[in-house]
Amino acid sequence: MTDAPAFPLFPHRHLLGIKGLSPADIELLLDRADAAVAISRQSEKKRNTLRGRTQINLFYEASTRTQSSFELAGKRLGADVMNMSVASSSAKKGETLLDTAITLNAMRPDILVIRHSAAGAAALLAQKVTCSVVNAGDGAHEHPTQALLDALTIRREKGRIGGLVVAICGDVLHSRVARSNIILLNALGARVRVIAPSTLLPSGIERMGAESFTSMAEGLKGADVVMMLRLQRERMAGSFVPSTREYFRFFGLDAEKLKAAKEDALVMHPGPMNRGIEIASEVADGPRSVIQEQVEMGVAVRMAVMEALLDPRRNEDAA
Amino acid sequence: MSATVFQNARIVDPSRAIDEIGTVIVENGTIRAAGGNALGQGVPDGATVVDCAGKAILPGLVDARVFVGEPGAEHRETIASASHAAAAGGITSFIMMPDTAPVIDDVALVEFVLRTARETACVNIYPAAAITKGLQGDELSEFGLLRAAGAVALTQGRRTLASALTMRRALTYARDMGLVVAHATQDPDLTSRGVMNEGLLASWLGLPGIPREAEAIPLQRDLMLARLTGARYHAAEISTAMSAEAVRRAKEEGIQVTAGISINHLCLNENDVGEYRTFFRLSPPLRAEEDRLAMVEALKEGTVDIIVSSHDPQDVDTKRLPFEEAAAGAIGLETLLAAALRLYHSGDVPLLRLVEALSTAPARLFGLPGGTLRPSAPADLIVVDLEAPWIVREADIRSLSKNTAFEGARMQGRVLQTMVAGRTVFSA
Repeated sequence: MTDAPAFPLFPHRHLLGIKGLSPADIELLLDRADAAVAISRQSEKKRNTLRGRTQINLFYEASTRTQSSFELAGKRLGADVMNMSVASSSAKKGETLLDTAITLNAMRPDILVIRHSAAGAAALLAQKVTCSVVNAGDGAHEHPTQALLDALTIRREKGRIGGLVVAICGDVLHSRVARSNIILLNALGARVRVIAPSTLLPSGIERMGAESFTSMAEGLKGADVVMMLRLQRERMAGSFVPSTREYFRFFGLDAEKLKAAKEDALVMHPGPMNRGIEIASEVADGPRSVIQEQVEMGVAVRMAVMEALLDPRRNEDAA
Repeated sequence: MSATVFQNARIVDPSRAIDEIGTVIVENGTIRAAGGNALGQGVPDGATVVDCAGKAILPGLVDARVFVGEPGAEHRETIASASHAAAAGGITSFIMMPDTAPVIDDVALVEFVLRTARETACVNIYPAAAITKGLQGDELSEFGLLRAAGAVALTQGRRTLASALTMRRALTYARDMGLVVAHATQDPDLTSRGVMNEGLLASWLGLPGIPREAEAIPLQRDLMLARLTGARYHAAEISTAMSAEAVRRAKEEGIQVTAGISINHLCLNENDVGEYRTFFRLSPPLRAEEDRLAMVEALKEGTVDIIVSSHDPQDVDTKRLPFEEAAAGAIGLETLLAAALRLYHSGDVPLLRLVEALSTAPARLFGLPGGTLRPSAPADLIVVDLEAPWIVREADIRSLSKNTAFEGARMQGRVLQTMVAGRTVFSA
């Protein structure tokens, strides 16, 4: 904290979701992330705010991007980072999540980053360990650092979030990214829309703080931000949508459909993209795409989150 | 054998529509008299006289849906441990579900359960047999031989028969053999990976939901088949207003149908799941408050005939997991009566109707002794302080598994004494 401006203390020990964060908490993380972007853009990228701290990345679902983003964030802050991926861990040998958690806890890490296919896994882990827990995605529940990096990207591009019209398009039903974003964007005063075939919308969506549309032309009208979601392979053929070509025809973002949005609308995608299924290359690589910026903001947001959770002032309070 | 005289008791006997202050005389394991003027027959010589000081005496509860871990999962619950939990909860008889390992689908297994119960249990235990071999949903088990061995009902336990044809044949053949088919309906396709009630709450939690139609669609199918076959059909565990309405209409049509509901669905709703509390993962899932209210109404008016505990012991290995991966089910033998009395204390259901649904009706439905304080009936009875407050504590639970949905709950009404065939098997 020596060379950074003094940020207020983040009042939570874990980051399990966007739910439970106040608008001030969110703004604090975004402000911290702004500062972290500057560090990442220097030639000397390394800081020592987390020197001597241990970060364990516990990934039950393979995710090259998120895991490397967390790893890089930890390393830039000087933490010792250990990656535990499911393939090489005892989870494959039938050890339960909680037994693994208790074992890892005995190694006295300072922060555990968890990605798991079951909703609530991060919260369950947090009950059993003494360190801070960061949810890197739990089933279809939440993916808070993704929503934060999306918000940071929007705020840096548009200068604000309040009052913007944000359209989230695609598989909202199975998307933790969508849930975290709906909560965050509502908290900061954006108007949220979701656009998807109804088979991919959760029950009660109209009461979740999002206006729902089944037509891209309608839903994108006047949008400031277009957020595309990834369509998982197993949902492409037959079960939720009849085929990828039909999906692309009606819900894939191409230059033509994008015309309905505002002229300066941002195009976003959490990655990895299915080109030609939910998004056309002309748009993904086009002038309005901020998909690469999202990746950069991801590292900054994760640095900010871990710094905020492991704020040394918290230990002074405890002592 | 000795005799016991309970004086000054509030006698609640739905089999005779009695709720009055009086005396119960127990002699040689049977009830000699129970009622306001029972003393007219005199106190037997050498009888123990107990002054109940206004405490209630009810026929022992008859719980028609209990899962036990023996054989196969004795670490979760044995027949003996379940019987002690039952006795403490005021349950003097229960029907054991066939979902064991091996499955109760064979005469030898029925005999095993009855023998183990005779040797180790302190309450009456009646096995229900699987409708299909191994609960696999294909071949019918030997209904006639199973009944002769002592099976009191047919059921798929936790499972639902997918095939309408198999259900039709099972109903037809069960009618010939004089057995009730007790079926819990949940369409596996429509349920898919669902783990809680479908709706806003599940959507926010990111949990796959189970629509109410998953219960109602196979139930409607079964009701039509019950009409077609003339068999006795029991909807083992319904949870939604939609299902109650289907049963109500079927009864109006004269179909031989009855319905049960678990105590959990009368007392709890989907909000109790909170942040992924796996002890509230049940099957059927806890529903919305509107459903719970509709179920209370259905119980009161008699559309729902009986209340069950749906006691389902699960260990840490099946519950201490992320919600989606945890097993469904909660224990309930020890809290059944106290939780049900909430409906009496709240004024929602009269005591007589409540005791009928917990005791008299299930005994009648499955043709079991008990459920009554009629003279010459077996002395299966309980003495209850209807007002005594207590708190459910894990440390006090007798079941080998501790997965109660009422941990820390405040209860009003406590079992003081449980008697099975005149023998005291529990006293507080």
